[in-house]
Amino acid sequence: MGMSTSTLGRDTRDAQQMTFDPVQLRAQFPALDQEINGKPLVYLDSAATSQKPRSVIEALDAYYQHDNANVHRGIHELSRRATEGYEGARAKVASWIGAARPEEIVFTRGTTEAINLVANAWGLDHVGEGDEIVLSVLEHHSNIVPWQLLAHRTGAKLRYIELDDQGRLRLDDLPRLLNDRTKIVTFSHVSNSLGTVNPVKEITAAAHAVGALVVVDGAQGAVHSKVDVQDLGVDCYAFSGHKMCGPTGCGALWARHDLLEAMSPYQGGGEMIHVVGRDESTWAAVPHKFEAGTPNISGAIGMGAAVDFLAGIGMEAIESHERQVLEYALDQVRGVDGVTVYGPDSLDERSAVVSFTLGDAHPHDISTILDAEGVAIRAGHHCAQLVMKHFGVAATARASFYLYNTKDDVDRLIDGLGSVGGIFG
Amino acid sequence: METPKLNSLYQQLILEHYRSPRNKGELEDGTVEVHLNNPVCGDEIRLQLRIEDDHIADAKFVGQGCSISQAAVSMMTSLLKGASLAEADGVAARFTDMMHGDEDAAKDKSLGDLRALAGVSKFPVRIKCALLGFEALQKALKESHAGETH
Repeated sequence: MGMSTSTLGRDTRDAQQMTFDPVQLRAQFPALDQEINGKPLVYLDSAATSQKPRSVIEALDAYYQHDNANVHRGIHELSRRATEGYEGARAKVASWIGAARPEEIVFTRGTTEAINLVANAWGLDHVGEGDEIVLSVLEHHSNIVPWQLLAHRTGAKLRYIELDDQGRLRLDDLPRLLNDRTKIVTFSHVSNSLGTVNPVKEITAAAHAVGALVVVDGAQGAVHSKVDVQDLGVDCYAFSGHKMCGPTGCGALWARHDLLEAMSPYQGGGEMIHVVGRDESTWAAVPHKFEAGTPNISGAIGMGAAVDFLAGIGMEAIESHERQVLEYALDQVRGVDGVTVYGPDSLDERSAVVSFTLGDAHPHDISTILDAEGVAIRAGHHCAQLVMKHFGVAATARASFYLYNTKDDVDRLIDGLGSVGGIFG
Repeated sequence: METPKLNSLYQQLILEHYRSPRNKGELEDGTVEVHLNNPVCGDEIRLQLRIEDDHIADAKFVGQGCSISQAAVSMMTSLLKGASLAEADGVAARFTDMMHGDEDAAKDKSLGDLRALAGVSKFPVRIKCALLGFEALQKALKESHAGETH
């Protein structure tokens, strides 16, 4: 007995419908069903964090209601269930992004920790004085600062891929930037501030030609379309659960198994050791070598449920829906008097983000006025101060879309921008 | 919760100060300068004062940010030019009271145009915008005082 009472092995895909219906999908997100300032909520801030479907919330609830225990070392039934749930989530996440095996997934607090893990565990061993790290002006601070820290500690030099006037990487500069001192090439799959989709394979091929490690910030990448890390050919791919319908506080680093095997540990503690002696210890096998301390068990289980949810809908269907909403949004926002939209012109080079300014209305004022209309957007530098500087603005307003958004949401945004014009026009 | 009214926030006087800020620019003969920014939103203010004896002889600022932060510092410098240091301290304290919802402070004539910002107290996430200029002022007064006693 016991096995049948576990809720963790349950396939949450059963709850999903097979045809794409954004209205029905939206009904699965409890937080979207509310009024803000007397108006139905329109949530256009999914690039910051997505809302969570009921199946994910229920998975977290079921874990704490029935299966809560610490993982791995326990002999008792609850520990077995918790371990099964945690490791089962690893397998789901691994398969979802095309990893060769579950052990290639290291659970982290999120994208930021995954990048810091590589910068420390690989970087400190392989990067030295005079070496170079190539990154881009497009990056989120989480893919800049860890490399600055590494550069300061090792004496390495940072070199930046610049942007063109549409916020795309200037890849014609790559031959000038890459050489035999380049140890790491790192860039975002999709920009959080502009929505630019970067040509991962092209950059990876150039980086590998000089023997550099390729680290991709996939925080906005694994969210909107099917990602196959082996097909992309990169070495490391960092992403977060909370931007793809999972809970906050859990993300993952994918890296090739041989690379993880060769890497030093990141943090020391329980769970990551094999044998501990007075002066020396030996490490647990990959991936546990990188997971010191009690992990975010419920977070991983929630992330696994999010993968089930997205896989049940199908990433192709999500991508196609988002493209329609984005096309409509770009068209409508560009049509508002006084608006400047930042980022690539072509839909093929863009993900579900519309970053804009409106006349002399500061983005914070735009956001306050939209909030009064029940429309949630983000305003500020989006943790991408180098991008803001490139465009000569202090901040932008950013509407970001996800599977539950519709053209009606875009209409509400446009109505709200009318109110901004009424006050600041 | 009652919906806060946008027109209580975006008073004409605020928009007017935002568009035509008073005392914006460099103060050539300033005696104290404070640079503050809000890393969360990027609002920025560099406040320069010329303090003579016990009063603010001149005040200017350079900055960028939302209508609330920029209008507040514009109004603040207009009100405090010529004020004694004690008066400036008093205005800063009173304005902070107003931001925390004190209705008597919102009627206090000593706050001048700054009373137009009373509505900000109903928008908790924007209060820090309105206070940025005053934080710079308080830091400047403190630094100036420290300089004197050395």
